[in-house]
Amino acid sequence: MAETAERESAVIRGLRRSPVAHLAEEFAQGSVEGAHGVALREVPFLTMVGLRVNPASAAGERVGAVAGGLPNSCGQVGGAADGSGTGTLWLGPQEFLVVAPEDVADDGGPAALVSALQQALGQDAGQAVDLSANRTTFELAGPSAREVLEKSCALDLHPRVFKPGTAYVTEIGLIPALLWKVDVQTYRIFPRASFADFLGRWLLDGMQEFNAAQVS
Amino acid sequence: MLLIACPNCGPRDETEFHYGGQAHVAYPQNPDALTDREWSEFLFYRDNTKGEFAERWLHSTGCRQWFNMLRDTVSYEIKAIYPMGAVPPGRASSGARARATSGTAHTTQKGPQS
Repeated sequence: MAETAERESAVIRGLRRSPVAHLAEEFAQGSVEGAHGVALREVPFLTMVGLRVNPASAAGERVGAVAGGLPNSCGQVGGAADGSGTGTLWLGPQEFLVVAPEDVADDGGPAALVSALQQALGQDAGQAVDLSANRTTFELAGPSAREVLEKSCALDLHPRVFKPGTAYVTEIGLIPALLWKVDVQTYRIFPRASFADFLGRWLLDGMQEFNAAQVS
Repeated sequence: MLLIACPNCGPRDETEFHYGGQAHVAYPQNPDALTDREWSEFLFYRDNTKGEFAERWLHSTGCRQWFNMLRDTVSYEIKAIYPMGAVPPGRASSGARARATSGTAHTTQKGPQS
């Protein structure tokens, strides 16, 4: 039984395609190195689990223990706020998104994490749903990454306000997306799968000017 | 562009929000007893205030939560932001007072419960 499931999941892993797989080459070409550099790449197939639970309740505490801590307010990230492991983003007062590597829970994948969260939730009000296919992940990194984002994101992205390890639900390029600053110059952007092609091309367009020779 | 201070997320651009119409329109206590006119007034008739107006807003691309706002419809100045179900600031007595002149007045006068 377990073997069959393993074989099936291996087959599925081989067949799946990420939402902007077709843009990988353009991302590589559009990325710029150097002092004004900015690089864009897709981090496909991250595990994402939608959580709805009252963080102040007993169930919230149990779920938080599994997820690595629930954030208390807008902007906060629970768990690994630098994106290295399992982090929990704040989407609303009682709504969170757990973002984890693809092979989370000893390679049990999303299903293992979801069932662990559901067990922690028990019979209490709330839900834990596998949303891994809902969004894809862009990683925009480099000295000019903030400038690229500032062209189409109205948030204050200045480092004195937007610190590494914070994340916001907002609009980028007129589409709703999550923006997570994982490092000083590295941002993770989570658009919904159907917007990913648009946002990928949009960001590439914003990166183009940094590819031109600097005028002194 | 309005800059709206969401109670959960802080100040954000107006484009992140959706308008929810007039606030504090109370659901009729006994909808079955209403005449067609009274029911249509509850459903479709809203104040068209010049000046301070209580309205509902939804932070649709943010925290997805509703809240109330007291806004001046002439100057667009946002006077107050307060949670759903709360009484508008400065109107201590009744939250439904905004509708007392139109819909609510009809139902209390003509409704069979009175």
